[in-house]
Amino acid sequence: MDILIYGIINSISLALIAIGFALVYGISRLANFAHGALYVVNGFIVWSILNILHINYLLSIILSLIIIGLIGAAIYQFILIRVRGMAISEIIASYAIGLAMLEGFRWGGFKGMTYTLPVFIRGSIEIAGIPVDFQRILLVLIGGLVVLLLWLFTHYNRIGLALRGMAQDERAAMMLGIDSDKMALIAMGLGSILAGLAAVVILPMGNIVVEAGYDKLIMAIAVCIVGGLGSWVGAVIAAFLIGFAQIITVKYIASHFHMVIALLAIIITLVLRPSGLFGRQKELEERV
Amino acid sequence: MIEERRKERLDRGIKVTTEGIYAISSWQEMGYLLLPRLVLICGILVLPLVIPSLYWQRVISIVCIYSLLALGFDFLAHFVGLVSLGGAFFIGTGGYIAAILNTSFGLPPILTIPIATIAGGAICTLLLYPCLPLRGVYFAIVTLMYPLVMARIIEALDVLGGTDGIIGVASFPNRWIEQYGLLLIVMVSLFGLRRLVNEDIGLVFRGVKDNDQAVKASALSINFYKSIAVFIASSLGCLAGAYLAHIYMWSGISQFALDFSIIPIAATVIGGGGTLVGPVLGCFILVPISELLRAFGTLRIVFYSLILVAFIVFRSEGIMVYAQRKYHQFERWVKV
Repeated sequence: MDILIYGIINSISLALIAIGFALVYGISRLANFAHGALYVVNGFIVWSILNILHINYLLSIILSLIIIGLIGAAIYQFILIRVRGMAISEIIASYAIGLAMLEGFRWGGFKGMTYTLPVFIRGSIEIAGIPVDFQRILLVLIGGLVVLLLWLFTHYNRIGLALRGMAQDERAAMMLGIDSDKMALIAMGLGSILAGLAAVVILPMGNIVVEAGYDKLIMAIAVCIVGGLGSWVGAVIAAFLIGFAQIITVKYIASHFHMVIALLAIIITLVLRPSGLFGRQKELEERV
Repeated sequence: MIEERRKERLDRGIKVTTEGIYAISSWQEMGYLLLPRLVLICGILVLPLVIPSLYWQRVISIVCIYSLLALGFDFLAHFVGLVSLGGAFFIGTGGYIAAILNTSFGLPPILTIPIATIAGGAICTLLLYPCLPLRGVYFAIVTLMYPLVMARIIEALDVLGGTDGIIGVASFPNRWIEQYGLLLIVMVSLFGLRRLVNEDIGLVFRGVKDNDQAVKASALSINFYKSIAVFIASSLGCLAGAYLAHIYMWSGISQFALDFSIIPIAATVIGGGGTLVGPVLGCFILVPISELLRAFGTLRIVFYSLILVAFIVFRSEGIMVYAQRKYHQFERWVKV
């Protein structure tokens, strides 16, 4: 039973982290390797707003999401737009930006165990004999809500539909008057906001540490690759697969293997089926 | 109406006359060919002599180790079309093999380094073999994961010394052997690779990069040639790793660290990809800068990343391509 409950919680948190990465890649074919950095940076932004400006928690979260969205959009508008289409340059450039942000924060003194965010609601509840705190329940609710809202946004909103058009066929979308660069900009901003949201929901359960930036990036990549790069449905399903696999290994083998599972999942998926479980790319594009 | 002009680039006369065998007919033309090469060789050979402090001599060794990795990266990326982000995987494999051979079997460095080079290259090629059909981003991501997975497995299983690593690896008899051995290896690999890519097999490699279907249609196995290329590049990496283990007298998980994957790539971007000299030059610029900035702590990584971003966005050709163009060509403005 505890495997079920903690598996669901772990899976939803993985899905929250990965969905921003999947969104950006799906729409603009841009592997945003600064995703993990944006996650951690938003944690620090919320912490700074809370402890320096002393305003309402909810308000500071909303403020931080706006800021992180703007940061993400700025990264695209000023840097990544110039290397668009050159896959390797995109990866190196975005990874270097992420590295610069993370190490900048580390240099600025944001390290150690002192940075924590308060939980939304204190206390815990027992589900089938296992104590689960409210933050984790909220995480599941928010995760579900985000997936639902994203689905509604991309199916019933003009901008959302344009984003999906871009994802399906960029040239055809451009012929129909959809501005490819503007859409990619929006996608990058939205992806950053999703990374920030994941940070706000997940970080209160632990400390804000710089190293998390690298770990979360790897997790996001793992989930997206197993699910198929660019497929959101695949990302959510893969999040459940990897999430449960992790909880089961921690329970029955050893907690050291927590990360090995994700990395092995990437390698095995890429070798056997590079387009992932639900990828829609043609086989020929990715392997000989 | 504004008069529109564009820049025209033409090869220098001397460049054209030195392309064939007749270059040996005049001293001027031979000088034109030999000058850049001699400057590089003499510069590298003099370097350990002119640098006084032991600390900076050690830095030169580290530069050479990164140069070997960068050479391998450039060869794979620009001549075979495989972008490998897993330089640390090669370093770690070579380092651990050399350390095990030295501490458990008592072999001296003169034996462990060649064995680690060949065996490490074979092991890396074997482990990477299933990924060879992958292309572009997919190969890049999967190679990025290899060193991480190795480090985590060693940590989790607590084998090979676990988190402490293997200590007590023998060092070199004296620092001149250490330095000149490494410098010679770098030069031999540099000129050897330059020769290799212009041989027949080099043409096949470039064919694999540009149009693999055409290579397949010529009844050549793509995977076979890719694995040869990976063997060459990973041997260079393992050689560097084995050397590193002997220099630091230690081998551990941090040899799988991302530094070994990132810095060679940065050096290649800055030095100029596809030239093979460029990455070496890039290492000679980047690594000392990062040593100078050591006092700033992690801020140097920030500098580093920003330089990398600036180069990749604004000057993606790199220093060496620019220098070659200036050396071989002249420019003039012409009316459109």
